Amino acid sequence: MVRLSSPQELEKYRDQILSKRKPNQPLITVCGGTGCHASGCHAVVDAFRSVLQEKAKGNGIGLRVTGCHGFCERGPLVIIHPQKVFYQKVKPEDVPTIFQDTVLKGKVIESLLYEHPVTGEKVVSEEEVPFYQKQKRMILGNNGSIDPTQIEDYLAVGGYRALAKALFSMKPEEIIREVKKANLRGRGGGGFPAGLKWEQCRNAPDEIKYLICNADEGDPGAYMDRSLLEGNPHSVLEGMIIGAFAIGSHEGYIFVRHEYPLALENVGLGIQRARELGLLGKNILGSGFDFDIKISRGGGAFVAGESTALMATIEGNVGEPRAKHIHTVVSGLYDKPTNLNNVETWANVPVIINEGADWFGRIGTEGSKGTKIFSLVGKVNNTGLVEVPMGITLREIVYDIGGGIPEGKRFKAVQTGGPSGGCIPDSMIDLPVDFDRLTEVGSMMGSGGMIVMDEATCMVDVAKYFMNFLKDESCGKCTSCREGTKRMHEVLTEISEGRGKPEHITLLEELGWVTTEASLCALGGTASNPVLSTIKYFRQEYEEHILNKRCPAKVCRALLHYRILPDLCTSCGRCAKACPENAITGVQKKKKEKGEPFVIAQEKCIQCGMCFETCKFDAVEVQ
Amino acid sequence: MIPFIIDGQSVEGKEGAHILEVALDAGIEIPHLCYNESVKPYGACRLCLVEVTRKGRTRMTTSCNHPVMEGMEVFTKSEKVLRARRMIIELLLGMCPGDKLLQEMAADMGVYDVRFKKGEKDCILCGLCARVCDEVVGAHAIQFASRGDRREMVPPFGEEATNCIACGACVVACPVNVVGMKDEGDERTIVRWKRTLKMKQCKVCGNYFAPWFQLEKFREKAKLPKDFYDTCFTCRS
Amino acid sequence: MTHSEIETIIERYGNRESSILAILQDVQAKEKYLPKEALEHIGEKLGIPINKIYRIATFYRAFSLMPRGKHEVCVCMGTACHVRGAQRIVDQIKIELGIRPGETTKDRNFTLETVNCLGVCAAGPVLAIDGEYFGKMSSAKVDGTLKKFRSDKKKEGANGKA
Repeated sequence: MVRLSSPQELEKYRDQILSKRKPNQPLITVCGGTGCHASGCHAVVDAFRSVLQEKAKGNGIGLRVTGCHGFCERGPLVIIHPQKVFYQKVKPEDVPTIFQDTVLKGKVIESLLYEHPVTGEKVVSEEEVPFYQKQKRMILGNNGSIDPTQIEDYLAVGGYRALAKALFSMKPEEIIREVKKANLRGRGGGGFPAGLKWEQCRNAPDEIKYLICNADEGDPGAYMDRSLLEGNPHSVLEGMIIGAFAIGSHEGYIFVRHEYPLALENVGLGIQRARELGLLGKNILGSGFDFDIKISRGGGAFVAGESTALMATIEGNVGEPRAKHIHTVVSGLYDKPTNLNNVETWANVPVIINEGADWFGRIGTEGSKGTKIFSLVGKVNNTGLVEVPMGITLREIVYDIGGGIPEGKRFKAVQTGGPSGGCIPDSMIDLPVDFDRLTEVGSMMGSGGMIVMDEATCMVDVAKYFMNFLKDESCGKCTSCREGTKRMHEVLTEISEGRGKPEHITLLEELGWVTTEASLCALGGTASNPVLSTIKYFRQEYEEHILNKRCPAKVCRALLHYRILPDLCTSCGRCAKACPENAITGVQKKKKEKGEPFVIAQEKCIQCGMCFETCKFDAVEVQ
Repeated sequence: MIPFIIDGQSVEGKEGAHILEVALDAGIEIPHLCYNESVKPYGACRLCLVEVTRKGRTRMTTSCNHPVMEGMEVFTKSEKVLRARRMIIELLLGMCPGDKLLQEMAADMGVYDVRFKKGEKDCILCGLCARVCDEVVGAHAIQFASRGDRREMVPPFGEEATNCIACGACVVACPVNVVGMKDEGDERTIVRWKRTLKMKQCKVCGNYFAPWFQLEKFREKAKLPKDFYDTCFTCRS
Repeated sequence: MTHSEIETIIERYGNRESSILAILQDVQAKEKYLPKEALEHIGEKLGIPINKIYRIATFYRAFSLMPRGKHEVCVCMGTACHVRGAQRIVDQIKIELGIRPGETTKDRNFTLETVNCLGVCAAGPVLAIDGEYFGKMSSAKVDGTLKKFRSDKKKEGANGKA
């Protein structure tokens, strides 16, 4: 087993790896990200494995399952090297043809290529796909080239070079200066300058210091950290080791949420391999610096992503936040100085060390440097993970990268920042995305969830959804948060079920105010954002629900009215079969008889919508 | 001693003290529910909110667990603080509308109505019972369970609290008197924790004076002789 | 779960009090819930009083104090899935299986849970059964998806239809 004990040995090992990889070597890469998992990439991988086994044993054709490419909407994604042919929505049945035609003969299969939605043009390589054009994949870019379980792949793309530079050519204070100069702001949501945090931790008077990577990613709709940990765990590890050296910490933790088993596995594997090679543990690369990392698993609690609650969880207590009159950089985990940063923040560190703060500072805006990874999801054509330079506008993200709204529906709003964020309406779609601009309009950057909403999304329902989430996830300690979120949810339920009163809007504003002002942590502190931002920008929608008992987006069930249009009904009877309440009656069409239109008995109808979904003739009307 | 100002009045507190204790000692009233000088401050009820100005920044914070700091100015009755307190007492009253203490405190603040559906709870989730049990008595019989709007104070598994020594400290600590202790014949019950223990009878006066289980725990911990508690406290003195 | 099985798990984490969460997770994974006796034994071995263990066991969603069903049906209620209609999926399962989130069917075959984000947003609405993901769900697809996991070919549901 190789153990690298100097930067020279690291480079020698890297050269050895590269020498074994010919640039024109045929290679099949299949995206193994979670989005592609759900689309069935396993079956595609198995199909390739058996084809290679049968027809190409010993032929030097490689198969690599890589990290997330980001274009989750079009998975499973397969890229054939060296031609770099980009195939999307690949099915196991396509595999033999791909092998025969593209791998062996270099012929491109038109039907599997990405087709430009407007021009109809077929695109052959990944770079030409419009989804990627405005992105700057500084952090996520390597995902597509590496198998996350193989440290050699990471080394082949230049991995751990930054670590060697930091340990041998820089002093800890220099590293901190560089990170401060780059103005790397926390990517977990707080946006606090990382360099400043590192400096405060370094200056705290204690021999023992802890380093934490927060991979709790609890915001519903966000899966960036997951894809980084699953797809390129070493980029995060490298960042952490550099940070540990800068701060003077010898013990680190990665706190991964319970719901991410693959991330846990791949990070664990990464740690093991890094240790074996001498890149982690005692005497890293022969520098004399010791640092090791333990993995801590969450228990299924959003609030545990709050830094003091997270530390409490690692200590073996419940994830209840505590007052931060004394900051965690001075007294945190086990009352020792602790530096906590998010996964994406750590992944930015090797880039800053390799390229320098000046280079980094050229990307982004004045107050927000670098890139940000967003999970672009919801009512948008190109759902997936996007990495963009700070300062790009929402319009560019939703339309140029996201490909606009499906089914020709109208864009209504974008929700950013998860449950701590707010909804940004159509009128602000040209807003440049950066920490401060988003906060100014009543939302926030948050961890990077970006949920697109169209005309068929009800903003009252969205606010109610977030309050339901928050009242469940609140640790329950503070009266203002526990009761505040509960009551906001209660009032929103009343409104969405047709029992709204005019004074409810003021009540929501007051409840929102006290929840923010009186609560201890950021969960309660930002809980009112979804409610207050929707009231601010979509007040008329609230008023429609309250005064006219109508849900314009046709989402709030109790306010809906389902009816079968007799002219369109073909009497097929499908709706009646699907109705859970036996509320639909009619005479079914038989071979020789015409049948009669079906009718919904309104008093039995529970507005579940099954008839609407089942009808193949659009004969069910919803009002 | 660290000097600072509360409502324009100069006060001082020891290193490690918190705003609320210093205020109460100085005769400045700040409403509170989950604070008790025998245990560490917790900051759950949020009633003791005050505004603190320090180094040019003003923040609203709980006074029970904010450390005393030189040069800070505390405002216990600013408009913002009063507004927050009124909403909090309204929320608490909404939780436990039947609590006399909450009704009084609310009336003092001018709050008489609850604008939401009234709940039927009696426990205000201040945690004093568990904190006293854990920190002072060391019996570790009860704790909070679940989270969010399902948070409650229960004995483990909702069954009889098997670590409970029926000392009654929780009964005394509870600000709204919902724990309950009953002595019936030779049995003592801590009602809320479903704990019934048989009491020991004094050899001398014949009174049932304390639960066997409790006395045994004390005896073990303090390494006392087997017959130490055969006589009750009164008769021993 | 036997005492020695429990002790093996405790030893795996160095007999440390701070590893309580990891220990409970391993017990949950094996037994599909946290038996009271196991919790009491863990408390004894690690010197953690039962009131604290119960608090931890009820605070985190990963743990269940009641035995879970053979198949865990998990509906993602993340925001992306929500705007794509995740609630309808839950309602449909409620109808098909006759249970609400958090409950287990009488024959102990299915437990229905909702989770606040599985991290598979692009494929939403997402349903996960025993960790296997089913993306782009709709209420119409629910029956077919559950079929593979049913204990017999008859429906457990309450809507009385064959």
